Amino acid sequence: MRAVDALMECLKAEGVDVVFGYPGGANLPTYDAFHDAGIRHILVRHEAGGGHAAEGYAKATGKVGVALGTSGPGATNLVTPICDAMMDSVPVVFITGQVRTDLLGTDGFQEADTIGITMPIVKHSMMIQHPLELPRAIHEAFHIARTGRPGPVVVDIPTDLSRADIPYEPITDVHLPGYQPTTEGNQKQIRLAAKALANSRRPVLYVGGGAVAASEELVELAVSDRLPVTCTVMGLGTFPASHPQWLGMLGMHGTRTANYAMDEADLIVAVGARFDDRVTAKLSEFAPRAKFVHIDIDPAEISKNVPAHIPIVGDTRNILPRLTAEYRALGPDPQRLEEWWHRISGWQERYPLAYEDSVDSEIKPQFMVQALYEATEGDAIIVSDVGQHQMWAAQHYHFDKPRHWINSGGLGTMGFGLPAAMGAKVGRPDKQVVALVGDGSVQMNIQELATLAQDKISVKVFIMNNGYLGMVRQWQELFWDRRYSHVDMGDYPDFVKLAEAYGSTGLRFTDKSTLVQDMKQALATEGPVVVDVRVTAEENVYPMIAPGQAARDMVG
Amino acid sequence: MGEPGTKEILSLAELEAAGNFRSGRKHIVSILVENKPGVLTRVTGLFARRGFNINTLAVGPTDDDSVSRITITLDGAVHSIDQVTKQLHKLINVLKIRDLEPEETLARELALFKVSADGAGRAEVMQICEIFRAHVVDVTKRAVVAEVTGTQEKVDAFERLIRPFGLIEMARTGEIAIGRGRNET
Repeated sequence: MRAVDALMECLKAEGVDVVFGYPGGANLPTYDAFHDAGIRHILVRHEAGGGHAAEGYAKATGKVGVALGTSGPGATNLVTPICDAMMDSVPVVFITGQVRTDLLGTDGFQEADTIGITMPIVKHSMMIQHPLELPRAIHEAFHIARTGRPGPVVVDIPTDLSRADIPYEPITDVHLPGYQPTTEGNQKQIRLAAKALANSRRPVLYVGGGAVAASEELVELAVSDRLPVTCTVMGLGTFPASHPQWLGMLGMHGTRTANYAMDEADLIVAVGARFDDRVTAKLSEFAPRAKFVHIDIDPAEISKNVPAHIPIVGDTRNILPRLTAEYRALGPDPQRLEEWWHRISGWQERYPLAYEDSVDSEIKPQFMVQALYEATEGDAIIVSDVGQHQMWAAQHYHFDKPRHWINSGGLGTMGFGLPAAMGAKVGRPDKQVVALVGDGSVQMNIQELATLAQDKISVKVFIMNNGYLGMVRQWQELFWDRRYSHVDMGDYPDFVKLAEAYGSTGLRFTDKSTLVQDMKQALATEGPVVVDVRVTAEENVYPMIAPGQAARDMVG
Repeated sequence: MGEPGTKEILSLAELEAAGNFRSGRKHIVSILVENKPGVLTRVTGLFARRGFNINTLAVGPTDDDSVSRITITLDGAVHSIDQVTKQLHKLINVLKIRDLEPEETLARELALFKVSADGAGRAEVMQICEIFRAHVVDVTKRAVVAEVTGTQEKVDAFERLIRPFGLIEMARTGEIAIGRGRNET
């Protein structure tokens, strides 16, 4: 069979039921193979939309996402999603077309050095050198994307090789001598960590995106002994926000309680988190009293930013149950945490997440998120874009389950939300999927509204419209003497008309008194819906750790 | 140091003081990689991205056809080399990395020196070659080419001595290295 038909067989063998892509000259053979392959292909309107959709699919389902593009501009349009998947450890296989082998390196039409361009932002990449390599390369790509610390893998296929006739034998094993992720976790280290935890008087569990598949195991550990839990923006939902041991998100726009607890902790157990600068704030004053247990599958994260006293390399899902067992076996005295909880409860009472609501019908952005929580009964998959709305959603939509909060955390990619919501809905058609986006960021991939309509993907898009690039405006207001420079987006476009032109239902909400009811109606409307929600133009996200400051100096 | 996003103006001196400038000891890093296209680019790209300046680089086959050895020497940097070796381990085609201990390592490089040697200086050049056990591999009326093998330091010393006679050009391979004793490097 042709190499591209073998490619289809490989995709099916990997359990791929849907791919997101865009055809072009160099991947014509691949698209010919899709014609009869029986794999659902969603034709996006821009390769970046396809890449983010594959990410959204992967984040919502835990499976490997697949995105395709042609050579040259098709591949360069995928660069942002590839980098985004790298930063947030999302398992996605990107399959790009490449010019024929005799044109390689000649600046052929639509030629770009895809492997070279993407090299620093992939977990791994391969250019197919011989058609016989293709099946094995595809299986290796899926294996690498999904195992260890997940990430993007690029497979670049020259178009002549993809048409070659090859004998195809299913491949069942993958052999990569240079790739053997440590997953087990050292028992001695786990025992040490349990002891440290049992001796600590002010412990905090600090949980990141690396624990998303270990939610139950994490709760088990936490409830062993009323251990307080905070999550990064990538970890939200891993620990239920309705749980009494929940401190809220930490970091730049986290709760005071979470940040103060980190500041005063004597032991911090980092679970699949990487001490990002948005979490640590001023590094030299981060958690000055704490010793650190660092659980991560990636040894390169250990002691990268903050030196770990007890590193444990491995899969959180393997390690947490053993840590819980060791901890319980020590029979620590629960009384020792009384004083710590007394302190924490004090902060919780004094510093709830609050905002000043409007006195008229104006919709405050925080109110909008709360209304959305109410209208969806807290059970939707919320996919956000990047900016103020993302932070307000993280603060005010209380996530109780993992894989219900999908956002671009590491790279902070505007334009992520709408296509990622599309991918999430394709992966989880049983769930209500809401794209909560800003009026700025949604415009960066708004063309995917056409895909939603054509493929009848029932995403509900709620645009938090303040007419500004709000987060940049906030920084200009607070730190640059209110010299607003190019952050005013005006009243363009008319999102209702635009939605209708794209084949969605378009709505506009401006009154807070009916907002919950209006939202319920929008959510119940069949097919894709775009709602332009007009919110307060100049509202700031608080609380906040100002740049260069320490966590205990939060403002707002 | 100012934080990104704030309006504080940074002085050049302050930036440079906080910058990633080289210091610290020399490192010899030996890396076994799968013999596949593009692997060298991945490895060297990582050093560049982490702010390390590669001093010398030597690549060659090993006793196993499918494996190549990359030997890199670095002047070291303010940052610990750990972060780079950990990142190198994450490259799928990298099999093994050793940051070699200088006392436990045999390191050699080969260098060719073309020196002008007409008249009076010629005998002295030959004498220096002899002391350094350098082979004269080409002789013309006005120049000699000497081949020197040894540690980076030895080759440096040879260069210092020979330069005053009129060093026309020089080519060095960069060090390759292997651990002492029975164990594999």
